[in-house]
Amino acid sequence: MPAAALPAPVPSASNPGGIGLSGWGNYPKASSELLAPQTPTGARDHLLARSGVIARGAGRAYGDAAIGTQSTISSRGLNRMRSFDAATARLTVEAGVTIADILAVFEPRGFFLKAVPGTKFVTVGGAIAADVHGKNHHRDGGFGTIVDSFRLALPGGEIVTCSRSENAALFAATLGGMGLTGIILDATLRLLPIETAWLRQDTRVAGNLDAAIDQLESSASTTYSVAWIDCLARGAALGRSLVYLAEHATRRDKDTLGPDLETFPSLRTSRLAVPELFPGWLLNRASMRVFNELYFRRGAAHPGTPRLVHWDPYFFPLDAIADWNRIYGRRGFVQYQCVIPLDRARRVLAEILDRVSRRGDASFLAVLKQLGEGSGSMSFPLRGYTLTMDFPVTDALFAFLDQLDALVVDAGGRIYLAKDARQSRATFESGYPGLAALRDIRQQIGANSRLVSHLSARLGI
Amino acid sequence: MTGTKSILVIGGSSDIGHATALRYAREGWRVTLAARDIGAAQRNADDIKTRSGTETSVVALDVLQTGQLGGFVAGLSPLPDTVVCVVGELGDQSRAETDPGLAMQIMRTNFEAPSLLLELFAQAFATRGSGTIVGVSSVAGDRGRASNYYYGAAKAGFSQFLSGLRNRLALAGKVRVVTVKPGFVRTRMTAHMKLPAPLTVQPDRVAEDIFRADVTRPRDVIYVARRFRLVMAIICALPETIFKRMRI
Repeated sequence: MPAAALPAPVPSASNPGGIGLSGWGNYPKASSELLAPQTPTGARDHLLARSGVIARGAGRAYGDAAIGTQSTISSRGLNRMRSFDAATARLTVEAGVTIADILAVFEPRGFFLKAVPGTKFVTVGGAIAADVHGKNHHRDGGFGTIVDSFRLALPGGEIVTCSRSENAALFAATLGGMGLTGIILDATLRLLPIETAWLRQDTRVAGNLDAAIDQLESSASTTYSVAWIDCLARGAALGRSLVYLAEHATRRDKDTLGPDLETFPSLRTSRLAVPELFPGWLLNRASMRVFNELYFRRGAAHPGTPRLVHWDPYFFPLDAIADWNRIYGRRGFVQYQCVIPLDRARRVLAEILDRVSRRGDASFLAVLKQLGEGSGSMSFPLRGYTLTMDFPVTDALFAFLDQLDALVVDAGGRIYLAKDARQSRATFESGYPGLAALRDIRQQIGANSRLVSHLSARLGI
Repeated sequence: MTGTKSILVIGGSSDIGHATALRYAREGWRVTLAARDIGAAQRNADDIKTRSGTETSVVALDVLQTGQLGGFVAGLSPLPDTVVCVVGELGDQSRAETDPGLAMQIMRTNFEAPSLLLELFAQAFATRGSGTIVGVSSVAGDRGRASNYYYGAAKAGFSQFLSGLRNRLALAGKVRVVTVKPGFVRTRMTAHMKLPAPLTVQPDRVAEDIFRADVTRPRDVIYVARRFRLVMAIICALPETIFKRMRI
């Protein structure tokens, strides 16, 4: 995989050595000194010498989580694998190794990861820091559950090993802690043995939001489930969805459903790329309506019949389009992701979808998933339903999202920090009861003025 | 040739050395990394073993201790099938202009030491009757430029050494010599430089081309990326009266 091109220098008075950094949403942009250590101890040494720093993995957090107020320490040079024990499926890698790297090496040997987010281009360090979740979170938990241990460089320069039995409080605060407890240097993960590279997928059509939630609820024992909502459907069809249910295909499944297919086919390498400066005007209501209609019809063409889908397009559909974030143009976009507790989910999600559909500039699609409890004290997941949508940045957007936040807060929900670029302190504080524990730990390890991202400064962490 | 083949990478802590060793390991070759910084080489060896499942070992070697090179080669058991020398140091050109010690170090690291070492391998391979020697030189050796002429001059010397060595060994027909001339490669050595994207490659591209030139499609001299051959042909064709006034 090619290394990301470095952004152009943006000198600024407060940060003369800085370059312009942003997250995957290209909003907001801020100037920060970008450091690229090539070894774990090099990363520690940078941390020791600086204040206002944060670690940055692949830059796939959408907002301002991985931009240091002064300096940003890239983990991309920490890209070595350490060891693998096939008997226990334990893999130790440095923090800058990506999920794509791991799958490229270990999927042909019959191993997968039990928790993967919607893109395979995230680093292991980033996945731990955001405690990322996948389509099986309600059943199997998030990335934190597959982490045995990690080594963390603290602001004082000390390197400590954290696990459920060693430095347990630091371990829990780091899962979902957005890098605010130190720099993750390496981690030991448990891989998942698989028999084939395929998933046995079942597609269901849900005519509206209630039907989609019914469908997800009744298939709670299915390993993977997700609903793709057509955001432009309104009225009685509000929330109409395609619900994708899947299990890892056994060898027997593959022999039955796809006898001609290879068990572990090699990955195709060709990817589409979105040209630089995709004009924002191409993304309008008419074009999105056409896209959604086509998408919905294609998906609904064969409901009810199980078919085999390769893990790559199943888990990482957007990875096939390099730099799809450019589709929103220069001003960037906000990916809004909230979670609503189980008992309030139907009513509140319907209200959110209704406001979004009436507003009319929502993303192509929204994603609806079930979540279980999170692993760390700052993890996003809680038992309930999570809804995800993209919004191009406009002047009117932020007031609108504040209104959605009010509904989320009222329902006892929260906003995902890995996506966030704009929530208020009040919204954040009401959603994350683990904040007190994180603040205590930051006090103890001397992180307060040292580990500071634009996100932590904005939210007063 | 029976059994597993083996490769020795001199400069095994470098990014190109790491990528090259991994490429061979993926084909089942047994890998040994030689480096001065044994900790950095071990980190690469662990990575190669984890990714390829192939045993990988490390051995300490400081090529500038030229008196010890003979003992190093004599002590290798078994002698590798392929030796790849990735040793190099860009150095700080402007400092070298006023610091003869640094200038000497750049010339020794890029020319003297690798040449002395590969001569020893040439003799050992010739005695055995087989082997491939891969020397990683640089397009910087094709024409001297203001920005890096100590490095460039040393690489020019190394390229000529490889050319002569190849010529000598070709007459006996048993041992091959491959000259690799990378252009811009995104590595630790170039991390501080702004490189032109269309002419810049990743280390694994260099590794792929080395493996091909050694194993699958034997070649004598390769440029990475290939378009650099044309770029350098044009640069070398410029008359000196014009070239000396240019900033390239």
